[in-house]
Amino acid sequence: MTRLPVAKTYKLFIGGAFPRSESGRSYEIEGANVALGSRKDVRDAVRVAREAFPKWAGMTAYNRGQVLYRVAEMMEGRRAQFEELIGDQAEVDAAIDTWVWYAGWADKLAQVLGTSNPVAGPYFNFTIPEPTGVAGIVAPEEPPLLGLVERVAPALVGGNAVVVLASERRPLAAITLAEVLATSDVPGGAVNVLTGRKGELCPVLAGHMDVNALDLAGIVGDSTELERLAADNVKRVIRNGDGYSPWHAAAFLELKTVWHPIGV
Amino acid sequence: MTEIDKKQDRSPVPSAFEYAPAPESRDLVKLEDRYGLFIGGEFVEPRSGEFHPSVSPSSEEELAQVAYGGAADVDTAVGAARGAFENGWSSWPAGERAKVIYRIARILQERAREFAVLESLDGGKPIRESRDVDLPLAAAHFFYYAGWADKLEYAFPNRTPRPLGVAAQIIPWNFPMLMLAWKVAPALAAGNTVVLKPAETTPLTALLFADVLRQAQVPPGVVNIVTGDGRAGSELVKHPDVDKVAFTGSTEVGKEIQRAVAGTKKKLTLELGGKAANVIFDDAPLDQAVEGIVNGIYFNQGHVCCAGSRLLVQESIYDQTIQKLKRRMSNLRVGDPLDKNTDIGAINSKAQLERIQELVRSGEEEGADVFQPECGLPEKGWWFAPTVFTNVAQSYRIAQEEIFGPVLSVLTFRTPDEAVEKANNTPYGLAAGVWTEKGSRILSMAQRLRAGVVWANTYNRFDPTSPFGGYKESGFGREGGLHGLEAYVRFD
Amino acid sequence: MAQAPALPHGFELPLLPRLPKIGSVDQVAVEERAATLAKRSIKRESKLFALELAVRMTDLTTLEGSDTPGKVAALASKAIRPDPVDPTIPSVAAVCVYPNLVPHALERVKDTGVKVASVATAFPSGQSPTDIKVEDARRAAELGAHEIDMVIDRGAFLSGNYAKVYDEVRQVKEAIGGAHLKVILETGELGTYDNVRRASLLAIAGGADFVKTSTGKINPAATLPVTLVMLEAVRDVFEETGKRIGVKPAGGIRQAKQAVQYLVVVNETLGPEWLTPDLFRFGASSLLNDLLLQIRKEKTGRYQSPDYFTLD
Repeated sequence: MTRLPVAKTYKLFIGGAFPRSESGRSYEIEGANVALGSRKDVRDAVRVAREAFPKWAGMTAYNRGQVLYRVAEMMEGRRAQFEELIGDQAEVDAAIDTWVWYAGWADKLAQVLGTSNPVAGPYFNFTIPEPTGVAGIVAPEEPPLLGLVERVAPALVGGNAVVVLASERRPLAAITLAEVLATSDVPGGAVNVLTGRKGELCPVLAGHMDVNALDLAGIVGDSTELERLAADNVKRVIRNGDGYSPWHAAAFLELKTVWHPIGV
Repeated sequence: MTEIDKKQDRSPVPSAFEYAPAPESRDLVKLEDRYGLFIGGEFVEPRSGEFHPSVSPSSEEELAQVAYGGAADVDTAVGAARGAFENGWSSWPAGERAKVIYRIARILQERAREFAVLESLDGGKPIRESRDVDLPLAAAHFFYYAGWADKLEYAFPNRTPRPLGVAAQIIPWNFPMLMLAWKVAPALAAGNTVVLKPAETTPLTALLFADVLRQAQVPPGVVNIVTGDGRAGSELVKHPDVDKVAFTGSTEVGKEIQRAVAGTKKKLTLELGGKAANVIFDDAPLDQAVEGIVNGIYFNQGHVCCAGSRLLVQESIYDQTIQKLKRRMSNLRVGDPLDKNTDIGAINSKAQLERIQELVRSGEEEGADVFQPECGLPEKGWWFAPTVFTNVAQSYRIAQEEIFGPVLSVLTFRTPDEAVEKANNTPYGLAAGVWTEKGSRILSMAQRLRAGVVWANTYNRFDPTSPFGGYKESGFGREGGLHGLEAYVRFD
Repeated sequence: MAQAPALPHGFELPLLPRLPKIGSVDQVAVEERAATLAKRSIKRESKLFALELAVRMTDLTTLEGSDTPGKVAALASKAIRPDPVDPTIPSVAAVCVYPNLVPHALERVKDTGVKVASVATAFPSGQSPTDIKVEDARRAAELGAHEIDMVIDRGAFLSGNYAKVYDEVRQVKEAIGGAHLKVILETGELGTYDNVRRASLLAIAGGADFVKTSTGKINPAATLPVTLVMLEAVRDVFEETGKRIGVKPAGGIRQAKQAVQYLVVVNETLGPEWLTPDLFRFGASSLLNDLLLQIRKEKTGRYQSPDYFTLD
């Protein structure tokens, strides 16, 4: 008899660990049973993201860049596995290179987005970007891997903690990416990956008062209701974003201007 | 008296706390007996036929024979660089160029200790510094500029940056690997190819870097390393197929280079000497300021172009500062560069030692008071004890000339105006330090000091994201940061 | 360090004009200096010296609500003979207990050279009326404590009432007669190194024989840079007055390696003269066993297991 393969259980990724859904539910998709996340899973993910935020944001930009580059290194090591999952080598390579590209932005965002401002007076005045906090991201349905990486990396690179809802129809790549993140020096909780029904989870994420930014890339059709929910705590809503760009990362950043007198 | 009491009486009380010689293992480094020139991706015999030893300044031991390139060798190297530039490298996709530079950064991190040991062996700097400063920073520079390689359009909005071509890079002996990284990383990121001329006394880490290029699979000819003395440097600068000259070294040689490229289309950046003022106000955090003074002048034996070699102390805290400084200096350990406890290593060369000695003599003759803490210096090798001159007048040579050794000249001031006036009273303008608790004073001093880098309540900090370079005779152009890219691009 | 005059209760000490003299501390630089010193490596023979010295500098401490005469007796036995297997190991400097347990501790350590230290002054918070705190200290001394570890009033300090802090130190010093006074700054509550320096000088002006970092009840407790700041304050006092003040980091020092790092910092900042239990102590409990373990490792050349060291 031929050997039976050992099947993997696809679970959520919250706080650096892989729990099942608190609800105990799952749904069958892509030949596997995938956790069907609940509103309480969203709550848990946001809580650990908030806890992880100061640590991730407090790392030097250089170190954050190193960590994102490490993600690319670890992903490269699983290149074949990803290819098998999504059947598109070019997408896998593009996803890896996207991490590399954003890794380089970690210590350059402030140099491109920040300024020193020649105010008319004896003051030194400068403007620096800072992360907004916890970013909720609804990943696009397609492409399942690159779509998610292109939305998560720009939020992460500036120092935000992320809660991302994976593609509902093709969630396996997202969970496999979580396994990469878990072994890449990304602090536990800085990225959290949820799987499940967007219809059920998006309103919870959009309405969560401790989420600071909401990326609606994965919403097909009308997002009015989600945007209205987001208004309750004035979330920064990203509809399309600037794509592969530092200004996409800037959508998740606040700008702080500092004044200081000059005198003896 | 009980048994225990007696025993307690007997317990030895250490009269002093002795630090162990904690030498880093030399076995990490495998040296060849002799090194050719690294041209077109392989080591080749120099056409000059000339070899000279590279000597360890801490033991005077010969470490390896190193080729001295001549005009023909420089020509071959420039040709290899031109070939690599035309045949592929300049048209590599930017993202792939980034990835190969990231590889260099990673390999330097992986082999950091090996490089650090060799750096200390060949150059005499304490392992604590090569391990904790030079190598981490060198790797960080490659990491930082790797990130720029595929983002150049963001550094120069509305322009299309293009590589220049062949960059001739001449680096000094005080931070061999770090200077290599400062020069090679931005050059490659912008798509140039390189001919690097390491300093004649410290060529070995650059030669080991050739092995990093191999591991990273950098295409042959993209980086070429021509060792040798000033003749090789001069040939390189004059070579007609060179598009860019980057030089770090003395102001004297810098002027010669500027004259040599006059009338050509070569783009030039110069990072030259300095005589930085380190200004201590009476509200400064004094114990930390003293650490900063020590770090400012005794870091790397004072072989630092931005060394805080002129200390300007506000008169109201003069006595206290000098007393604390002298006390702190007596804790400095001079000796074996490979010992992890060493603070001050060997003077890089005999010639440099003689120059330091000559200037120190002049300071004594001109009437300054000299202080050196008691410290035994090893018999072999070239050494100079940490030295401070007090009662120095602005007119003394030791207050005007770059000593490039562990020698500090102390002057005083009464008001911020006087501090600025004295600090700026020099042909140099590389760096300055300001120590005060008052933020607005830091900024006003920073505004008025004519120097390319101003450190406030710290000294000798370097970071790949932070531009570095001088005003006035300290040179022009910046290395590091976004601004460091500009030296290696042209705009169509 | 100025000799502060005795001031009437509640009177604001004229500290403000002297603030420039008190000086400030740069956080980044002091932490970096401490980190650099922590990397020094010492000779093997010196290491054994250092470990034994650390044993002799230890104030073996138990400060729990659940402390009993039995617990304190066991602790005192450990203090006298830390390693029953190795009689060459010296005794520790002192046992440190609550006032109620002073007599029990004294009974055990009698004639051994090991001192009894008592915490006092509404330890650990210090949030009681001054007269009660002073009385607390007086009684602890009367019960026979050789050393009194008092806490400063952090509430008063942080609200700018430095005079109250100073005044309490002075009153306690008077109340405890000849006993040795250690003043706990509780640096973890002071918020800045500037405050640590200021509180150190205030305590020393008030009559402290030792300045001590922490009660052990607050995190962070002792750290290397905090201790460095205190040592630098002590050095300034010494340079100006010739007076030698001790320093005691307490809390959070659990490993022999840490203890050695502290000794390096002492050596570099104040010199070997301060490398004595008279001028430097560790407030610790679990540190002792790690010291013993490392001493045995140094002597035998083999890594040890905690199973072979007694827990008291």
